[in-house]
Amino acid sequence: MLSVIGVTDISDLFKDIQPHHAPRSFDLPDGKSEFEVVEYLRGLAKKNAADLTLFVGGGYYDHYIPAVVPAMTSRGEFLTAYTPYQPECSQGTLQALYEYQSNICALTGMDASNASLYDGGTALYEAMMMAIRTTGRDRIVMDGGVSPIFRKMIRSYTDNLNIQFVEVEPSHGQSDRKRISRALDKNTAAMILQNPNFFGAIDDHSDIVQEAHEAGVLVIQSVYPIALGMLKPPGEIGVDIVTGEGQSLGLPLSFGGPYLGFMAVRKKLIRKMPGRIVGETVDTRGRRCFVNTLQAREQHIRREKATSNICTNVALCAVQATVYMSLLGRKGLQELAQLNLDKAEYMKGQLESVEGVEVKQGSPTFNEFTVALSVDAVEVISRMIDHGFAAGFPLSRYYPGMKNYMTIAVTEKRTKDEIDGYIHALKMVLAELKVSV
Amino acid sequence: MDLIFEKSRSGRKGYSLPGTDVPQSSEMDQRYRRTVEAPLPEITELDVVRHFTQLSRRNFSVDGNIYPLGSCTMKYNPRFTEMLAGLAGFAQLHPLLPQLGKGYELVQGALQLLYEMESLLCEITGFSAMTLQPLAGAHGELTGVMMMAAYHKARGHQKRFIIVPDSAHGTNPASAVIAGYETVMVPSASQGILDMKAIKAVLNDQVAGLMLTCPNTVGIFNSDIDKIAKMVHEVDGLMYYDGANLNAILGKCRPGDLGFDVMHMNLHKTFSTPHGGGGPGSGPVGVSEKLLPFLPISRVVKEANGQYRLNYDYPDSIGYMASFYGNFGVLLKAFAYILLLGRQGLADVSDHAVLNANYVMARLKKHFHLAYDRICMHECVFSAVKQAAHGVHAVDIAKFLIDQGIHPMTIYFPLIVREAMMIEPTETESKESLDRFIDAMIQASDLSLSHPDVLKECPQIMPITRPDEVKAARDLNVNFFAAEQRAAGPVA
Amino acid sequence: MEVDVRDDLLYTKEHEWVSIADDGIATAGITDYAQTSLGDITYVELPMLEGEVEQFEQLASIESVKAASDVYAPLSGKIVEVNADLETDPDLLNKSCYELGWLAKIEISSDEEISKLMSADEYRSYLDNIE
Repeated sequence: MLSVIGVTDISDLFKDIQPHHAPRSFDLPDGKSEFEVVEYLRGLAKKNAADLTLFVGGGYYDHYIPAVVPAMTSRGEFLTAYTPYQPECSQGTLQALYEYQSNICALTGMDASNASLYDGGTALYEAMMMAIRTTGRDRIVMDGGVSPIFRKMIRSYTDNLNIQFVEVEPSHGQSDRKRISRALDKNTAAMILQNPNFFGAIDDHSDIVQEAHEAGVLVIQSVYPIALGMLKPPGEIGVDIVTGEGQSLGLPLSFGGPYLGFMAVRKKLIRKMPGRIVGETVDTRGRRCFVNTLQAREQHIRREKATSNICTNVALCAVQATVYMSLLGRKGLQELAQLNLDKAEYMKGQLESVEGVEVKQGSPTFNEFTVALSVDAVEVISRMIDHGFAAGFPLSRYYPGMKNYMTIAVTEKRTKDEIDGYIHALKMVLAELKVSV
Repeated sequence: MDLIFEKSRSGRKGYSLPGTDVPQSSEMDQRYRRTVEAPLPEITELDVVRHFTQLSRRNFSVDGNIYPLGSCTMKYNPRFTEMLAGLAGFAQLHPLLPQLGKGYELVQGALQLLYEMESLLCEITGFSAMTLQPLAGAHGELTGVMMMAAYHKARGHQKRFIIVPDSAHGTNPASAVIAGYETVMVPSASQGILDMKAIKAVLNDQVAGLMLTCPNTVGIFNSDIDKIAKMVHEVDGLMYYDGANLNAILGKCRPGDLGFDVMHMNLHKTFSTPHGGGGPGSGPVGVSEKLLPFLPISRVVKEANGQYRLNYDYPDSIGYMASFYGNFGVLLKAFAYILLLGRQGLADVSDHAVLNANYVMARLKKHFHLAYDRICMHECVFSAVKQAAHGVHAVDIAKFLIDQGIHPMTIYFPLIVREAMMIEPTETESKESLDRFIDAMIQASDLSLSHPDVLKECPQIMPITRPDEVKAARDLNVNFFAAEQRAAGPVA
Repeated sequence: MEVDVRDDLLYTKEHEWVSIADDGIATAGITDYAQTSLGDITYVELPMLEGEVEQFEQLASIESVKAASDVYAPLSGKIVEVNADLETDPDLLNKSCYELGWLAKIEISSDEEISKLMSADEYRSYLDNIE
């Protein structure tokens, strides 16, 4: 090969790199065999407490992932394909993404979805920016029940931009209508809501949507897909942009990623949506096929005017989600949602009998709810770990005034025995803490 | 091929859920509930498996086909990394565990992995510190430019511009604008390298920085790179390195040593995590000492007692770029890859990537116009102008390759070359597969002279011929259930 | 490239044409050179009625399969009419850019700006220098 190129040594090919460009150090360990690397990583995996019984949610849930999901997406043809820029040899990914988009629309009741964004937080940020661009306004009203994890990220992104944020804390768990009313005005680009919210509360936002629309404000709602097996879809109440975290749709928890941001909009906003979009068309013989469409928006000819700088979506995660949604289907998702609700309601009932625990009942909940303890929640959770439970999420992490509060999530994976075991352990922990106080 | 919705039949199911072992809860208030089920498909597990198996067979992939896409580094993805990502000790780890009481104790393995990954990437690239948070290359770019902006703000600078070469990827100027800057384009000189005079001409106090990739998008390494860095630093501008082409220089030089202040890398390119049909990716960002205070939070720190924890106490940080610590499931695959290859293996990557690209270039230059006739690095750029004179364009050559079972190279990028064809074979292709690609390209060139119409009809043996992209954009159909198109729901 | 340049129109450097009626209403569109360069047009974003535009500032936005591109106002004024046909038939811009594919009608605010436009012959020379 070297003679074909016309050089004598590989180093001749690097002559543009001068001696003074050489690395100051390249002190990496020697390569290992596959077996050794596997053993090393297994060792790291063992140092993680992955077998705690999970009662933590916060937007990321321990749902069962059917084996078919990873079996399909670990196929090399899906796993090692590139972005579908040559549609004739990417119909697999393209059709799967079209089906994903359609499934998201079916779930949310919206007109169009994109082919995914990085995660629920960036999806919400992108929705917000879309509303700002579309309305030409620069004020955002944010419900305090929207995930604080998402909110802190949005703040970081918009630090240098001229956007005014108004946060309205919930009242008894649900959105505070009076204060939202006062906050909405003709300078407001969007009202951002979440359902169920970070505290687990379910709400019916139809009245807020109506009021927002009267003021020319777009409504963005961040949702939980499994809950939509039971809850009224946002499309039905007139939400303009729906976003959410799709991890629950067949993706493992995986310590923070990769996750799946979904976004779906009403018809009038389709061309304003960032990210990739797959559309149906025909080939030269009139056969149905699929292509990336509306690509012009991605990198505008005046490149500063691109709708965002997002280049990748999370195609493989979207395919996982569509396989999951196809397996569960119409009835399965509804049954799954019912199971989640039943388990959570049972647990709420059991908790009511525990001294030192108050289940917040201000609003209906799905599979996650808030409790107030008689002592510091972080301390309780810490001791519950010794009993093998990740007992809940301590709200003081994001809401400094809520030291005794935590949210508890219960999915279909939690058996009655596990729930009863939790109650038993909690009683012991609270008794210990009462004694030590 | 039918859509999954067309295979749906009422009453069929593809799931098995446990029966309930708790009492049924009382009915939730009507006004919160949906009245009609979401019209998701009703289909058996076997039919789901057949559907997606058949769909997968319609894809080209690195596993199945040569994939010389320039700028994408489609190298082989070692399969053992999939198994590692699936280990319960990683896959079952809830991201909020560190926030629980005793949180850090619960995730020592994960934190150690992140910490060691940062150290490895720092050593590979020559930077002082890393963030693993950005979720893709473009996201990394945004993170990098935001840190540049924070640096200048902290110094009270009034910076307005970022300099970008005309050969740059579209995300570069887009990121700059999102971070609040305007871009100034600088032309490439005749040899495809940035024109030093042109840079000098636009350098002034208002320049926040210069974004570039080296080797550049036409595969050429700029020997004056350190001189350029000096010039930019003289106006207190920052040097940004787009790491898309890192594969060419692994072990040969490090951007941190060359004077760059910040870089992003693409783990799904250089570090071999699978592309997945378009993500998920991961775009770690490295910084020099100057930008250290601005890194996103949280950061993994190692205590004196050997324990790992997360530190949020960085008052000048740009904040949170992602919900958590980055795409952990992707990071661990790249980590495993780096451990597998080690020092010598990584150095060999650039040797073979550059060798393969030059071999392809040497053999094809008699047949295609070479945009820059000189030694290239890991990718080479040809132009199809000779063939275009006979009515055969780069796109036709690409479609011909598809019929040969080869994924086409990148076409029409970079924008500075007419009828551009950018070829990056990567180091994992054998000589035999390179020859197969080269022979197919030569055949395409020959056909463009003798039977140009054949190329215009390609591809012929794929499940579809060329799709009507105009129709897709005009008669927008992005949702099977859109009201005016067809009845929602499964076939009864 | 064989392009169609109409003698009775005025032109801009960004390949817009304008025709000014006696009542001070100017009709604007894009030239044959522009529509050929853009390729098959898939979508047009028209300006808001009653909106004000300034000469050489953005008037509309055009998407083709290749790229999205801005159209600039040849003259300043108020938008009094937009070509609603383009919403359903964006390809009118390709097929009939000077007639059926007009973009917007502007009630112009300043006659002086007309001198900044090119005549048909000037535009032809301008095109020759580009190619």
